Amino acid sequence: MSTIDTELNTDAESEADLAESTSATATNYSEIIYNGIWKNNPALVQLLGLCPLLAVTSTVVNALGLGLATLVVLIGANIAVSLIRNYVSDAVRLPAFVMIIASFVTSIELIMQAYTYELYQILGIFIPLIVTNCAILGRADAFAARNPALPSALDGLMMGLGFMAVLLVLGAMRELIGQGTLFSDMQLLLGDVAINWKIEVFKDYPDVLFAILPPGAFIGLGLLIALKNSWDEKAKAIAEKNQDKSEKQDRRVRVTG
Amino acid sequence: MALLRITSPHTQRAGHRTSWVMQMVILATVPGLLVQTWLFGYGTLINVLIASITALISEALILKLRKRSLSFFLKDYSALLTGLLLALAIPPIVPWWLTVTGVAFAVIIGKQVYGGLGNNPFNPAMVGYALLLVSFPVPMTQWLTVSDLSLAQQTLPFIDSLKTIFSSGISNIDAYTMATPLDAFKHKEGLMSEEAFASVAALGQANLDAMLWVNLAYLLGGLFLIYLRIITWHTPVAILAALFVITGFFYIIDISNAASPWFHLTTGATMFGAFLIATDPVSSCTSNKGKLYFGAGIGLLIYIIRTWGGYPDGVAFAVLLMNFAAPFIDYYAQPRTYGHKKARKGLKTGANK
Repeated sequence: MSTIDTELNTDAESEADLAESTSATATNYSEIIYNGIWKNNPALVQLLGLCPLLAVTSTVVNALGLGLATLVVLIGANIAVSLIRNYVSDAVRLPAFVMIIASFVTSIELIMQAYTYELYQILGIFIPLIVTNCAILGRADAFAARNPALPSALDGLMMGLGFMAVLLVLGAMRELIGQGTLFSDMQLLLGDVAINWKIEVFKDYPDVLFAILPPGAFIGLGLLIALKNSWDEKAKAIAEKNQDKSEKQDRRVRVTG
Repeated sequence: MALLRITSPHTQRAGHRTSWVMQMVILATVPGLLVQTWLFGYGTLINVLIASITALISEALILKLRKRSLSFFLKDYSALLTGLLLALAIPPIVPWWLTVTGVAFAVIIGKQVYGGLGNNPFNPAMVGYALLLVSFPVPMTQWLTVSDLSLAQQTLPFIDSLKTIFSSGISNIDAYTMATPLDAFKHKEGLMSEEAFASVAALGQANLDAMLWVNLAYLLGGLFLIYLRIITWHTPVAILAALFVITGFFYIIDISNAASPWFHLTTGATMFGAFLIATDPVSSCTSNKGKLYFGAGIGLLIYIIRTWGGYPDGVAFAVLLMNFAAPFIDYYAQPRTYGHKKARKGLKTGANK
């Protein structure tokens, strides 16, 4: 995928984010949470990290595995970048950030290889590719490089959760439409506890290959984005309506004695 | 306001609106529909019925969601045509839910999501067909055969057609099914062409004749549309000519393994695709020159997909791929404007040199 391309975009985007981030330097934690999960969701709004998002979300377990890995890398990288932010010059900041992210990804890869070997094999190339996930470098440059460690960690957590939530919804959608099941093979990630978690929603379901193959991911993500936009518009309309009402009430002037 | 009611192009006679065009195209499919029913049994008719109902319901549903006028858009027959074309393209014995899925996807994702009739970049019926072929390759490649070649020595009876479509099917369905000639030719497994035509049952003369009749029926429908000036000759002729040239070329250099141009022109969905699918005014090229390039591309792609691709027939994918290229071709194939010396070529921004 055109990761380099998008990274350049994130540079431009980071400028736009700058104003937002600096306003958050007053550590407005609720703002950070709202941004990460909803308003500035990395998958639905920033459209970052689409390559793994589209490629591995064919089942819930794949989505959860990659979501968790990304989450851990995002938090770790954000904290590390935030700690060194005053010691690296601007010219070498991006290579430094990439080195930090790469070392985190390598650790995660080794951990997954050790504890969830089958899932590691299913996810394959997409675990090392977390390095190139633009959401991580984007957050490191746009937020962690300008903020103290604690807000950066929270930002990493929330962005990671927002990303993972979209991965999970998309994974569930595609698994349900593609295979007619939910939570199959969860034992690959969670151990023997989850061996009976598989729900067969439809009996005798013919596999809809389209949903499992990448085109299904594109259409699924498109529908999710459309859904979010329509919700936001509705919320906006309601908010405006309420504002109008309150304004009208304010304008009322007592004319009677 | 009466003067402003018909928009350009002013080539159609008064009163020939979208609904008339769509009705005539539906009429043009009738010979093909009849021949398919005659040769392969009632399955096609049942599929057409299911597809029409699904198309109208899904169109109405989305129009309602988009807050558009129901009666106005349902009466333009475009959804009905999409359903009909898809139903004619799929095998006559697919389960009902497969038809419903395909048609609903074609109308909702293929057309309405892009903004309804006139805004779809791809041919909706072929979007639905591609979805079905990619998702359910097994039922989508199981065709019925003509009565002479089938073990049962008859076409599938009406009751059995209903059973295969609406319930779990009948036990002796294998007595009625056979690979299509294209499918059989693709999987001839090292046989020389001549041996394959002599020994493989699906390549028997009766099966080839059946496909020939189906293609002739669609050719008739297509000629009817050209006569009514609903479509121009450019796209179909370019498709058939390109297919003829490339099949002829490979037939000459590799006569023992390739099939003759006649085989490629008269089997599969060649005529159906050339006259009824590729000529969709929305998703194909607009200028006559563009239509020639567009058609030639489809013709070449049909042969490429049939010969080296993963699927037996390539009309749907060829049309979809060229739909991608249609806007690009249109930029480079603009006609000369009256009063100008040269035609404009390509996308020019800023000063027009």
